[in-house]
Amino acid sequence: MLQTPLHGWHVDQGAKMVGFAGWSMPVSYGSVIDEHNACRSEGAIFDVSHMGRLRFSGPDAGRFLETVFTRPVTNLDDGQSRYGFITNEHGGIKDDVIVGRERDDYPVVVNASNRAKLLEHFETVKTTRGLNVKIDDRTAKTAMLALQGPAVIEKFADILPIDLDLRSLKRFRFETVSYMLMKFTVSRTGYTGEDGVEVTLPAKASALAMRGLSGPLKEWLRPAGLAARDTLRIEAAMPLYGHELDEDTDPITAGLGWACDLKQGFIGADALRASEPTHKIVGLELDGKRIARQGNPILANGNPIGTVTSGTMSPTLGRSIAMAKLELAHTEPGTVVAAAFKSGEVPATVVGLPFYKRA
Amino acid sequence: MSIPDDRRYLPSHEWHLVDDNGVCTIGITQFAADELTDITFVDLPEVGTAVTAGESFGEIESVKATSDLIAGVSGDIVEINEELAGDPSIVNSDPHEAGWMIRVKTNGDESDKLLDHREYLNQTGAG
Repeated sequence: MLQTPLHGWHVDQGAKMVGFAGWSMPVSYGSVIDEHNACRSEGAIFDVSHMGRLRFSGPDAGRFLETVFTRPVTNLDDGQSRYGFITNEHGGIKDDVIVGRERDDYPVVVNASNRAKLLEHFETVKTTRGLNVKIDDRTAKTAMLALQGPAVIEKFADILPIDLDLRSLKRFRFETVSYMLMKFTVSRTGYTGEDGVEVTLPAKASALAMRGLSGPLKEWLRPAGLAARDTLRIEAAMPLYGHELDEDTDPITAGLGWACDLKQGFIGADALRASEPTHKIVGLELDGKRIARQGNPILANGNPIGTVTSGTMSPTLGRSIAMAKLELAHTEPGTVVAAAFKSGEVPATVVGLPFYKRA
Repeated sequence: MSIPDDRRYLPSHEWHLVDDNGVCTIGITQFAADELTDITFVDLPEVGTAVTAGESFGEIESVKATSDLIAGVSGDIVEINEELAGDPSIVNSDPHEAGWMIRVKTNGDESDKLLDHREYLNQTGAG
């Protein structure tokens, strides 16, 4: 099992470690709800070093990415990034990724579970199309920390030991700065529904970074694990690969057609232009306290009309919420359906997404 | 974490404590409650329902996951812990006492076939 550079630190903090996409990762440091609430009220820090960090360079790097990625990249500004998809020939989602531009290079963050699959896909495309692009997998050489929460920008800006005006860094922008002969990248992306930053740094500098954060960790920044990350992202209705997104789901069905530029000739664009989606991902609120999990059938008048992709008891709203992939006829907000459990059915209402939006 | 030595266990972390009248109280261990973290719902059957050793009698839900609750003995449910409907977090705070789940009038006590204290501790790695 792979370990992130912060593995020892997690264990010292009393984290419960679990296997996730081939990595040993902290699932929680105690109470998931406390970690969740810390992120919503002040700040939480997540080790996201398991996510794949790739870097594309060479004369054809831009053209290559516009072949595999659903959005343009050559018109990105230096230090700008963009969310989109790597799609298969059928328009199904191979992964959701963030592509950035740093002068002539393109740093790309991919999901841990898809990194090996994507590297293989990229090599195939590069070879068959004869494109001159260098793909550098920087995952093992670097660490990535995500700091999320309403207090993060203000308070982190005060303690950041590098020359960077964090307060004026816009969303989907990043800056690379040097500190003690090492390069750090600070980006403002976020995936919990809160404002925040991600810091990418050399693996060997991560212990130093955690020492620098040890004061704030006690005062306002709480370590949070995979379980809180999941409840936070469900409330914010952010899709997760393997749940809302997979190779049989296209971005339009997922409600993310905005992140596809169909004029661009990426792999899968033809299929997406021709597609007539039969399903859509919606939000559900369940009556009562039961939590619908991925795979729970959704019924209308006793007939199956779809499946739950993610569900949780929302710590912020105090209600049982879920995302589900439903037949189009049942996706209008206000529609009442039922979630099927082993011991019976629970009424559920289709609601608009996201469940939670920061003030 | 302390695991009481007055009862028997299933590998799936349910404890069983049989009284002199052959009534077996079943709950989950501190180990399981800690693994699940914040418990949000316990789905228990009604009094009078028959349970069978090795089979599920209900489900427990936490923020993280839903798990089956398995009985280690067979018989009929004579009492369920009504408190858990209002406050399932009792299972987190006091799993071995106030957080009990069901009481079963056994068809002859089979609980000695279950793991004893030492065997359970060895399994969880806490021994």
